[in-house]
Amino acid sequence: MVEAIRFRDDDVHEEPAVSLDAVLDQSNATAVRIEAGEDARLLLPLLDRLALIEVDFPVFGDGRGYSAAQILREAGYKGELRASGDVLVDQIAYMRRCGFDAFAPDAPLDPKVMDKALELYDAVYQGTTDSRAPIWKLRHG
Amino acid sequence: MYQYDKYDQKMVDTRVAEFRDQVERRLAGELTEDQFKPLRLMNGLYLQLHAYMLRVAIPYGTLSGKQMRMLGHIARKYDRDYGHFTTRQNIQYNWIKLEDAPDILADLASVEMHAIQTSGNCIRNISSDQYAGAAADEISDPRPWAEILRQWSSFHPEFSYLPRKFKIAVIASDEDRAAMRLHDIGIQLIHKDGELGAKFFVGGGMGRTPMIGPEIRDFVPADELISYAEACLRVYNRYGRRDNKYKARIKILVHELGKEEYTRQVEEEFAHMKTLGLNPPVEELARISEYFADPAFEPDASDDLDLSDPDFKLWVDQNTVEHKQAGYAIAVISLKPQGGIPGDASSAQIDLMADLAEQYSFDELRVTHSQNIVLPHVKKSDLYALWQKLDEAGLAPANLDLITDSIACPGLDYCSLANARSIPLAQKISERFADLGRQRELGELKLKISGCINACGHHHAGHIGILGVDRKGTENYQLLLGGSAAEDTSLAKITGPGFSEDGVIDAIETVTDLYLKERQEDERFIDTYRRVGMAAFKEAIYG
Repeated sequence: MVEAIRFRDDDVHEEPAVSLDAVLDQSNATAVRIEAGEDARLLLPLLDRLALIEVDFPVFGDGRGYSAAQILREAGYKGELRASGDVLVDQIAYMRRCGFDAFAPDAPLDPKVMDKALELYDAVYQGTTDSRAPIWKLRHG
Repeated sequence: MYQYDKYDQKMVDTRVAEFRDQVERRLAGELTEDQFKPLRLMNGLYLQLHAYMLRVAIPYGTLSGKQMRMLGHIARKYDRDYGHFTTRQNIQYNWIKLEDAPDILADLASVEMHAIQTSGNCIRNISSDQYAGAAADEISDPRPWAEILRQWSSFHPEFSYLPRKFKIAVIASDEDRAAMRLHDIGIQLIHKDGELGAKFFVGGGMGRTPMIGPEIRDFVPADELISYAEACLRVYNRYGRRDNKYKARIKILVHELGKEEYTRQVEEEFAHMKTLGLNPPVEELARISEYFADPAFEPDASDDLDLSDPDFKLWVDQNTVEHKQAGYAIAVISLKPQGGIPGDASSAQIDLMADLAEQYSFDELRVTHSQNIVLPHVKKSDLYALWQKLDEAGLAPANLDLITDSIACPGLDYCSLANARSIPLAQKISERFADLGRQRELGELKLKISGCINACGHHHAGHIGILGVDRKGTENYQLLLGGSAAEDTSLAKITGPGFSEDGVIDAIETVTDLYLKERQEDERFIDTYRRVGMAAFKEAIYG
């Protein structure tokens, strides 16, 4: 594990993340880690008290975590949303669009390559939880 | 035709730059092949048996003369002087060098084309009716809807790592010329209470487990199209199987959950999605629709045709289709010459088709899912001149929808997945049935050949289908009967034990002979098969 990359200004949340089952049982946990197959919607009643949600990517091609992130942000979650596991530099831009704002990749990312990838596209075709205006909105105001 | 604005152009230009960088990192060893693979696949670049194959997107199969000419240029400059039009209305080049790929994408971008998402587990190029905007029977042009979907699905961050590839087709008439119900999502535009909207079919597909997509919603309004599609995709992305790639397509999810349960989950997601502001306003559909307005047809063009040249008459009978505008016809250029490779065209032929489109068809061409090219808007008085030029270039086989107008996948000649060759078999069948009189006697007969169970040659949907398999190290061909990709969608059934290459051609003749014997009145092959049943055909083949 390498140091997490964060796109947030608040302090790193120190409490260790517990499993989904644990957080559903345990009313005081503020950090949770969900696995790729787990239902992010189960967390919706708890969003007010969660400060960190980590979503694991067992392999980069398993895209369930993108939907998990969108669901959490659509529901108004404002805390840290961290992608962990097989997180590669070429997927970071899409993860950002789906609401991830922190990354804990298994292997280190080259920050220069990452910055370039994040700046590359200056427009987007569809609305997501990152709130960027889609191209159709730019066309029609 | 749709034209890029500054935003669309910037997106494809950016993609070229991005891929150039990724190729450089790969060539420098900074990316492993495993890491590079999903990136190149998102740009349509496959590693085949002998070389890289590049698949270029032709959105909903529509292109201009200038774009077509660029396809010829790429064939000449970067490949072996030909290209291969595919069953998803795209074109593939089979002999591409990795280091050339960024330049090819740059050439494509210069004519508003790309190879974005032509492979990979993402939403693929949107396909449509090849006669869109010209067909007499359509209720509206489906292409503006397909373009809305193209833009929405391009670089979609949530749906780029789906369980498996995802194909969408849009049609707008009751006759289905796009195999709509054999797509992951099939959309048919319909009117309801005077309003244009979309009927959704989800979970169709071919491959190892062919399924006909059930209807899951009878009407989605234009201004909710995207949120409904998002709902369909999100349920799939979350719950589609990822444990087994052969069970990962949405058809398996819909089948395992059942249509009702899948629909219920989609509706629940849709109720939520509708509130998120995901849908472009109707003004965006209107903006796009303007690009697909009718060309300047001559209002008093004549329907008269001089058919005194018998070869021309044959071609007109077989390869032209009724146009919505009096005095015009839809002309289909068959890429199935006798003994040829289905869907292949040389750069010279591609250039010629580009010229002819500019000269005779308001600068438009279409690619069909049966691997032919369409000139959608030809004045009837120009047909003879057009036919003469096509004929000179070997582009006037009068065999549209006849037995030699077959679909074939690349097969073992190119594809690393194949078990058997498809192309040589298609060529031999084309020779055996070369006599046009005989073909016309057999009438409409859709022959489709796949070189493995992945079914890229659509054998499940053939009136006659052929599936190549490997039997103890030798190529073996199974014969299937009774499929259809049209509005009467059905899946073909295997007749019985397989055959050698020559054996399967003999079996096809046995089958067509029986059809001629049994047919009543105007029955097509498929009609006779459906009436008579498999048993009689089995009996004729196997005794």
